[in-house]
This record gives sequence, structure tokens and C-alpha cells, in this order.
Amino acid sequence: MKKIEAIIKPFKLDEVKNALHEVGITGMTVSEVKGFGRQKGHTEVYRGAEYVIDFLPKIKIEVVVDDAIVERAVQAIQDSARTDKIGDGKIFVLPVEQAVRIRTGEQGPDAV
Amino acid sequence: MKSLPLVLQRLMLAASMLLLLTLSAAAQAPTPADASAPIASKLDSGDTAWMLTSMALVLMMTIPGLALFYGGMVRKMNVLATVMQSFAVTCLVTVLWVVIGYSFAFTPGSAFLGGTSRFLLYGMTLDSVNDLAKTIPESVYMCFQMTFAIITPALICGAFADRMKFSALLWFIGLWSVCVYSPIAHFVWGPDGFLANAGVLDFAGGTVVHINSGFAGLMAALVMGRRRGYASEPMPPHNLVLSVLGASLLWVGWFGFNAGSATAANGNAGMAMAVTQIATATAALAWMFAEWVMKGKPSVLGIISGAVAGLVAITPASGFVDPRGALIIGVAAGVLCYWATTSLKHALRYDDSLDAFGVHGIGGMVGAILTGVLAVAWVGGEGKSGLIDGNPHQVLVQLYGVAVTIVYDVIVSVILLKLVDWTIGLRVDAEVEREGLDLALHGEAVQ
Repeated sequence: MKKIEAIIKPFKLDEVKNALHEVGITGMTVSEVKGFGRQKGHTEVYRGAEYVIDFLPKIKIEVVVDDAIVERAVQAIQDSARTDKIGDGKIFVLPVEQAVRIRTGEQGPDAV
Repeated sequence: MKSLPLVLQRLMLAASMLLLLTLSAAAQAPTPADASAPIASKLDSGDTAWMLTSMALVLMMTIPGLALFYGGMVRKMNVLATVMQSFAVTCLVTVLWVVIGYSFAFTPGSAFLGGTSRFLLYGMTLDSVNDLAKTIPESVYMCFQMTFAIITPALICGAFADRMKFSALLWFIGLWSVCVYSPIAHFVWGPDGFLANAGVLDFAGGTVVHINSGFAGLMAALVMGRRRGYASEPMPPHNLVLSVLGASLLWVGWFGFNAGSATAANGNAGMAMAVTQIATATAALAWMFAEWVMKGKPSVLGIISGAVAGLVAITPASGFVDPRGALIIGVAAGVLCYWATTSLKHALRYDDSLDAFGVHGIGGMVGAILTGVLAVAWVGGEGKSGLIDGNPHQVLVQLYGVAVTIVYDVIVSVILLKLVDWTIGLRVDAEVEREGLDLALHGEAVQ
């Protein structure tokens, strides 16, 4: 099992969700996060006072998948989240030791 | 040791209650029969109805108007402390106005201060009138003027937002209301005030309300110093929608402020309403375009700040200028207040947090001086002419009024600020300022 964490532009969430559905992923966790990479922040001006806002709003998607479909899932996210402009985000893949479905007690790939 | 300041605070609270009781006992000495105002002969129901409405409109300017306007501009951790300031000032000044303020401001006394005949409103009856507004009950006039006494110190709070102790705020505002607001209201509007007698034109409070609050705010900002992290950390407004709501309520309420200052439902009130609307919209556009040209974007905070600047500047002029004059005042207020809040403030590096000085101090001066230029007798009546109506002398009279207001206001405000600073301290601790006033001062927070 692997966990895929993708940081994407907020307006791309629906497209990414649909793309993941198509490769057979039916569950995911989404959070509103803030951060920056190469895009850096933007400047806001209030009555002449300029503030550089470093942290931009992003969406973080977390999915845990079977090893067999990791590659397709990552490809699906990359294809659907890409705008070719700076700030499109990142995808991280991490190993997962165990997963448990709380209701039934199923473990491992069956639980995700 | 930790409980010592608490004991001190309680003692001071007890002392202030005692003072109030003593005052109430002292005020009982004169009999209610010595009322200075004559029994009303001709109360006008139309005037009375409009002034009842105006009082409510002006109260709405402070709560919730100003509370929301300021509340939206601070950081989220200070929003409750900021709206609390407007609300608490409303309550505190109401009581002080009843006990002392109204009598000191609006009864005959000397050229500098009113008399004591209306302490605790003794002598105000169902049919008494104030000579300054003979067609409405005195109770209505007293309440109408009370709402002006409320909003003036509430405006000051914008200058020291994010860093003042709540206890210090109550002491400072309470003292300021009695020692600065009432005397200046008497100078300018009192039946025997010396600025009134000198011919200073101030229809609804350019000197009394706006220059007064603006300069007191500047003094507070200077005495207290800048916020921790000012100019190095971002301090953007946390919710400008609240500020838009607040500014809109201020705008609507301002018709009570300016048109109500005619103290009658007549042509003067109608013209005051017209020029108020014209100057406000013009100033909002002027600020917006100035910002668009200088910074590249027309901001929401910009257009609402411009509207408030226009409202401020038309205030002293609203009973004396015609619609053409209102357009000129609007442009001047929008551009000059934009310059003051964006360039002057940053050049001089004082931290007037929400621009009480930049908008009210500067806008008040623009309006007071331009009143002397643009007043026309066909609006204000015989003898109320400015430069364009053949009376250049009026500009000097207006400058005199502005100068006296500033000098008295600055001196007494600094004394009061220092007094409170030396006794209980003006500023919250560094930790409180970093973590937010809401939780530390009021035990509440907006999630």
C-alpha cells in the first residue's frame, strides 16, 4: 500500500477527483491548506500598506491505494491538475504499513 | 503579588461609583424649577418626528456601523475587542452625558463651558426646550446630541486599535468626553460659545467631532507608540465585508447626522441631505481613482474609505454649501485623505492603526476650511457666506476655529493619556498584544 499526497490548485479539485474515480479510487480525504513553493506569494495593498502574503490557499488530497495502481493514480492526478503555470503543486508517494477499516476490522489492502 | 493590581482595579471601580453618587447628590441641590429654558410654546410635530429619527440614525452609526467598519479592518484575534470598544463607549458616554456632559456642552454658562443647571438632567421636563432647538422637546435634542458625543470618542478608538487596555480605554474615553468633547462642543455650538460668537461655521461637527477625534487619535497613537510588529509583519484586515457593511451603515446614518443637524424637517435639512450624498459619492470615486492610478487597483477598502472621508468633509459644510460645492469638497476629501493615509502616515511612521487621523482629522480640516471657501448665503442664510460668495474673511475665521480646536484637543488629550498611562498604564502586555486582545481581555474568541 502507498499513500499519495497531492497538493493542488483549489479549482482543480473536481477534475482530480473525477480522474481518480476513473482509475478506480473511490475514497479520499481533502483538506484546505496553505503553502508555497516556487510560485511564492502575492502582494496585497491596504491603504498603501503592502503585505507580501507568502502562503497561498491550496488543496491537499490524501488517498491510500494498492501498490498496483499507484502509478496510474499519480498519472491521473498529474494529468488532471496540470495547468502548465507555476503553482500547479506537488505529488508525494509514501509507504503505508497498515490500514484498518474501523467498522469491520478488515486490514491491509481490503480496508482501503 | 498577582492579585494586587486586581485589588487596585476594584478600588478604582469603587471610587468611580462613589464619585457618581456624590455627583448625583450634589446635582440634587438646585431645584428642578430653575430650568433655564423657557416652557415650550410651539413644538413642531414634523420637526420632532424627524429628530427622533435622526437620533436613532446617528446611534446606528456607532453601533453597529463604526463597530463593523473598524471590526473588519483589524486582525481576527482583535475583532471582539474592537467592536467592544464601540459598544462600551456608547454605554459609558450615555451615562456621562446624562450626569455632566449635556449640561456642560449645551446650557448657558461661560464662553468656554456650559453651566451646571442640567446635571443629571434636572429641569428637563416633558415640555422644556433647549434654546438651540426651539421646536423640539429638550429630551429629543439632548438624545440627538448624545449620539454625537458617543460617536466622537468611538472614532478615536481606530487610532489605538490592537493595543490598548480595556480599563485604560474606559478611563481615557470617560475623561476625554467630559474634559474635551463637552467644552469644544460648547465653544462651537453652545449658546454663548466663543467660537460660535466668532462666526465659525460648523454645521454638524467638522471641528467638534472629526478634527477633535482625529487629533485625539493621533495623540493616542503617538503616546502609545506603534503596534508590535508594525511595518515588519503583515496586518491585513481580516474581513472587509464587515467593513463594507459598517461603512454603508455609517453612510445611511450620516443623513441623521447632517440633515438632522438642521434640527428641523425643512429645506435646510433637505439640502444637507443632498450635499451629503453628493460629496460622499464623489469622494469615494476620487479615492478609488487616485488609488487605481497610484497602485494599479481600485480596492474595496479604498472606495469605502473614500466614502467615509467624503462624509467627514461635508459634515461642517452640509448646511452652508450648494451641490457644486459638495462636488469640490468630495474630490478634495477623497484625494487628500488618500494621500494622508497612504503617504503621510508611512512617511512620518506613526501607527494610526485604522486611520482615525488620516480620515477624520484630515477630512475634518478639509471640510472646515472649504466651508469658509464654498459657503453661499442662499443655502446657509444671511451672513453665512464664504470666499466664493464675496466673504474671504470667512476662511480666516474657519482657520481660527480649526486651530483652537486642535490646540485645546491636543493639549488636554495628551494630559489625559499621560495621566492614565502613569496610573494604570495604557498598553496591554507584549504577550497579550501578540496573542490577541479578544481572549486576553474579554475571555472570548471568534473561531
